[in-house]
Amino acid sequence: MPLLHLFVFLAGLLLSGAAAAQTLEELVQKLPDGGFEDRARVIEQIAATGDERAAGILDRLAARELEVLKADGRVVRVVKEGKTETAVDPFSGEKIAELGRRDTQSIKLNNNLRRAIEKALGALRLGAAEPAKRLEAAEAIFRARDASQLEALDAALATETVPNVAAAMRRARAAVTLGSNRPEAEQIEAIETLASEGGRDALGILAAAMNAESPAVADAARSAVADFERRQQLWQVAENVWYGLSLGSVLMLAAIGLAITFGVMGVINMAHGELVMLGAYTTFVVQEIIRTHAVWLFDWSLAIALPLAFLVSAAVGVMIERGVCRYLYGRPLETLLATWGVSLILQQAVRSIFGPNNREVGNPGWMSGAFELGAITITYNRLWIMVFALIVFAVLLLVLKRTPVGLQMRAVTQNRPMASAMGIRTGWIDATTFGLGAGIAGIAGVALSQIGNVSPNLGQTYIVDSFMVVVFGGVGNLWGALAGAFTLGVANKFLEPFAGAVLAKVLVLVFIILFIQKRPRGMFALRGRSVEQ
Amino acid sequence: MSSLPKSRPMLLASLDRRSWTFLATLLAAGIIVPVANLAVEPGHAAHLPSYAVALMGKYLTYALLALSVDLIWGYCGILSLGHGAFFALGGYAMGMHLMREIGPRGVYADPVLPDFMVFLNWKELPWFWWGFDMFWFACLMVLLVPGLLAFVFGWFAFRSRVTGVYLSIITQAMTYALMLAFFRNDMGFGGNNGLTDFKDVLGFDLQSDTTRAGLFVFSALALAAGYVVCRVITTSRAGKVLIAVRDAESRTRFLGYRVEHYKLFVFVVSAMMAGLAGALYVPQVGIINPGEFSPANSIEIVIWVAVGGRGTLIGAAVGALTINGLKTVFTSVAPNEWLFALGGIFILVTLFMPRGILGEWDVLKARHAAEKRERIATGLRRMRAAAAEGAHLTSAVEAAE
Repeated sequence: MPLLHLFVFLAGLLLSGAAAAQTLEELVQKLPDGGFEDRARVIEQIAATGDERAAGILDRLAARELEVLKADGRVVRVVKEGKTETAVDPFSGEKIAELGRRDTQSIKLNNNLRRAIEKALGALRLGAAEPAKRLEAAEAIFRARDASQLEALDAALATETVPNVAAAMRRARAAVTLGSNRPEAEQIEAIETLASEGGRDALGILAAAMNAESPAVADAARSAVADFERRQQLWQVAENVWYGLSLGSVLMLAAIGLAITFGVMGVINMAHGELVMLGAYTTFVVQEIIRTHAVWLFDWSLAIALPLAFLVSAAVGVMIERGVCRYLYGRPLETLLATWGVSLILQQAVRSIFGPNNREVGNPGWMSGAFELGAITITYNRLWIMVFALIVFAVLLLVLKRTPVGLQMRAVTQNRPMASAMGIRTGWIDATTFGLGAGIAGIAGVALSQIGNVSPNLGQTYIVDSFMVVVFGGVGNLWGALAGAFTLGVANKFLEPFAGAVLAKVLVLVFIILFIQKRPRGMFALRGRSVEQ
Repeated sequence: MSSLPKSRPMLLASLDRRSWTFLATLLAAGIIVPVANLAVEPGHAAHLPSYAVALMGKYLTYALLALSVDLIWGYCGILSLGHGAFFALGGYAMGMHLMREIGPRGVYADPVLPDFMVFLNWKELPWFWWGFDMFWFACLMVLLVPGLLAFVFGWFAFRSRVTGVYLSIITQAMTYALMLAFFRNDMGFGGNNGLTDFKDVLGFDLQSDTTRAGLFVFSALALAAGYVVCRVITTSRAGKVLIAVRDAESRTRFLGYRVEHYKLFVFVVSAMMAGLAGALYVPQVGIINPGEFSPANSIEIVIWVAVGGRGTLIGAAVGALTINGLKTVFTSVAPNEWLFALGGIFILVTLFMPRGILGEWDVLKARHAAEKRERIATGLRRMRAAAAEGAHLTSAVEAAE
């Protein structure tokens, strides 16, 4: 028994001795020795230690920061600061000595060694503790398509538990497989993997595989690329629809107030755009006050600005109606000119007060940022504006259909003399309607301040588009405004890729001009006596 | 009278006393302004500086433009918010000729291509620039291009009975679309910068005083000719139909008139006049750019007409001259307040002076005349009463005797 004990002891001693020979420190010390092949083996051993510090050491080696002290043959890391070079311990970073120019000798590398380092690093990183690092490593392999990493990938894949890291590794493995001389079946499988999970980056790899020697692989790659492009087109369509809907919601916000006033009173309010601008400037003022007095309220700035903007614009709107439009009933063309005059005055007033330049209106936290939906990026501000536009639309619809005021407005829209004969105070309804339409313009301004410039010309940029929406959709009809705005928005965005932004707009305008010939009263024409004045 | 050709009486009959006053004023301006500029020594009190000649020439083209708007708005009820487009198209047609005339004197010294095309690295002239090296062709295009656009646009619009504010809105959309299109470099009209750096027209240096005075005279002549054309149209039988269309379109149609034909005719004539105005405007100003297409410009033309008096023709010219004179004064004294003033004019004129300067003047004159008539009538009545009284007294005295 003692003999056995002794044997075990000796064996243990030996083993531990052998193991001791394999510690990272000692292996590093062996790096400068022997021929390139020996050193490549040492690098493999370093990777095999599983030591956490191994990746760092190999990185430094690749960056040629490791050198040998001539004095005692010790491997050190050389840190350069300005002109002085300092030798530090490669692990602890502890300072050893300041160096003269000839005190160290660099560890020479050749391409083989570099490849060995890369491979070792890949394996090490694929085994890193944090998923983010493993993901990075997998993506690096995907880009480099280094065939030597195949085994490391397989090993890592077997133990990987985080789904997106595993997916990245599968992608990398497929990319590597395609580049290697693996059997046909495996290559085809790799193509399938890349096609289903690869994303845009995989397209290049697949395109390269189309020229593969094996016809089966080339065919598979070709159909995968075709599939991919088809899918890409679908996403493109989805993206255009999204941008179109977003533009449509903006147009609707700008136009819906106009649709109401035009519908009820039969007059075009050319100052509508300026009422939108007033809403945007109200937002600006609210944010300025919050910035100087109560920064913590900033996320609520839009909620505060909304009612204020409504009130400001509605007040100005009622003033326009009582002061100008009231005297011009039955003369729509003169009303148009007078309200244009109002718009000039409002523009110049804002320019005098706030200056001619763009004003900065910030996005609150919940309005900034974006998220990915499939292949399209959706920004929160556009999303919220769309939601907001729909809410405004729904509220307006309720007001018009479910409240006494709404009932009276509709009555005046359909037949003014009859409504008047039934005891509706049409003058009061006119003022209310104008105020409501103007107020909506104001809150549209709050929304538009989030996606565009706030300048005195803000109204001008939207006014022609708003008219187009109203004329296209049909007058006095909220659904017309909704359909008109979204149709024009989507049409515009679908034309843009073919014709460019400006030409797309021109084409849409031409289309509307032609459309008006076909249906002079818009898509949802009002029926009744009001049609022929 | 009977010895004159048949068309003369119509032409002469169309011109009333006010027309002759207007034409005489134009003629006087056409003589006095060049003389005051060229023949009078600088420094003399009666000398007119050259910049003033160019400025007044520009105003005259504006007056012609306003006249064209009054023809359709005042007499046919078509409120075009896109008439600036026809003006600008005429201007571009003339500008293209002037560009071609620069020839090898441009910055890049290309004998055929205008500078901006060389800059854009174009190799040959686009087809729509062909022929513009000939003056007569450019003049033809000045009338033809706006006329054709008006014809196509009007044919579609009037046939499907687009009227009132709808027509105004789509004319605005038309000029807006053209503005966006002309801003594009690929359109081949100089993009953002438009056409500029003109050297001469028909060999006359555009910078020289004599050319400027000549252009002024031509502008005055064009305005006079435009006025006579408008006058002939509006006093003719067709003019009566136009006024009927303005006041009751449906009724006119039910009476059997092809309303859209009359509207189309007058719309095309008006567009051509606007084009001519643009063509005279460009050499005097020295530049044409897409800004001329902006909807705001077109609305401003309408207010000139409204200020001067809608449906009076001379009023349109008066309005254009008044507003632009004001603008020049204002923008040099208080540039920031000009938009306030213009906006105020828009509101005040529509609210308080719906007939415009000339219309109000006519009303005043009519009232004055009525009062005068009234006074004469009461005077006569009194005299008669007195005479009757006298007669009565006489007879009483006779009876007493």
